[in-house]
Amino acid sequence: MSEPLMKLHYTVDGTDFTVAGEASGAVKKVLKQLGISADVIRKVAIAMYECEINMVIHARGGVIDVEISPDKIRMIHKDVGPGIPDVEKAMTEGFSTASQQVRELGFGAGMGLPNMKKYTDEMNIDTELGVGTTVDMTVYIK
Amino acid sequence: MTVKDIAERLELTLKCGEDGVGREVSGGYVGDLLSLVMGKAQSGNAWVTIQTNINIVAVASLTDAAMIILAEGLSPDPNAAKRADMEGIPVYSSEKTAFELVCELKDLV
Ligand SMILES: Nc1ncnc2c1ncn2[C@@H]1O[C@H](COP(=O)(O)OP(=O)(O)O)[C@@H](O)[C@H]1O
Ligand SMILES: [Mg+2]
Repeated sequence: MSEPLMKLHYTVDGTDFTVAGEASGAVKKVLKQLGISADVIRKVAIAMYECEINMVIHARGGVIDVEISPDKIRMIHKDVGPGIPDVEKAMTEGFSTASQQVRELGFGAGMGLPNMKKYTDEMNIDTELGVGTTVDMTVYIK
Repeated sequence: MTVKDIAERLELTLKCGEDGVGREVSGGYVGDLLSLVMGKAQSGNAWVTIQTNINIVAVASLTDAAMIILAEGLSPDPNAAKRADMEGIPVYSSEKTAFELVCELKDLV
């Protein structure tokens, strides 16, 4: 396996809902500069943004590592939140435990995890109750 | 048609993000649940919503929407306006309902 061309690291503030989207926005810019196709950028940006939002609204923030290789982009989102009790259920469209306050801001439609699945080529969720959740996603550059 | 042309035809009020008003608009999307918008809105769209918080700018930016139109006389939150100025995403306000706006948009985009 070849080393990634570029590695990026971000911290997601779990207290400020309004700054979520900074990491995905920054990665979007980097990918644009690298001349990656708009289609791939869109997939990466949407998947990352959904994941960032989840880290803030469900898990008090966390860290994101992005690895850009010639053939793929890998995004690893790690939090030390409450964990997901039933991943299969959480992956169901429309399932959400988001608060009313979060819903009023336009989130909590229960489409985040399904969107991530839809927009990535590989997705793996590693979660343990009381310990945290790691969402590892890869988008291929075709 | 450009963002500016559409704003004139629909009599929209520009709130922020003036740098982006020269962009071509193609198609549109209406919605307030940001995850749905993110999945459905396409590059160059006019997006009609009643959400006013800063996350609308992130969503418009990620989906590459050309403009945001706030229905029902709503205005963007101050931090949303600031971000929209930074990113050059025009946000407009209209007293009309989302339904009325879309009816008018239909023949333009
Ligand atoms: N990082 C996370 N930590 C804990 N729970 C999570 C995390 N991500 C998702 N979940 C759980 O999975 C559910 C579904 O997530 P998602 O599809 O993004 O919908 P939404 O965020 O709109 O609730 C959430 O409501 C939450 O219960
Ligand atoms: Mg979510």
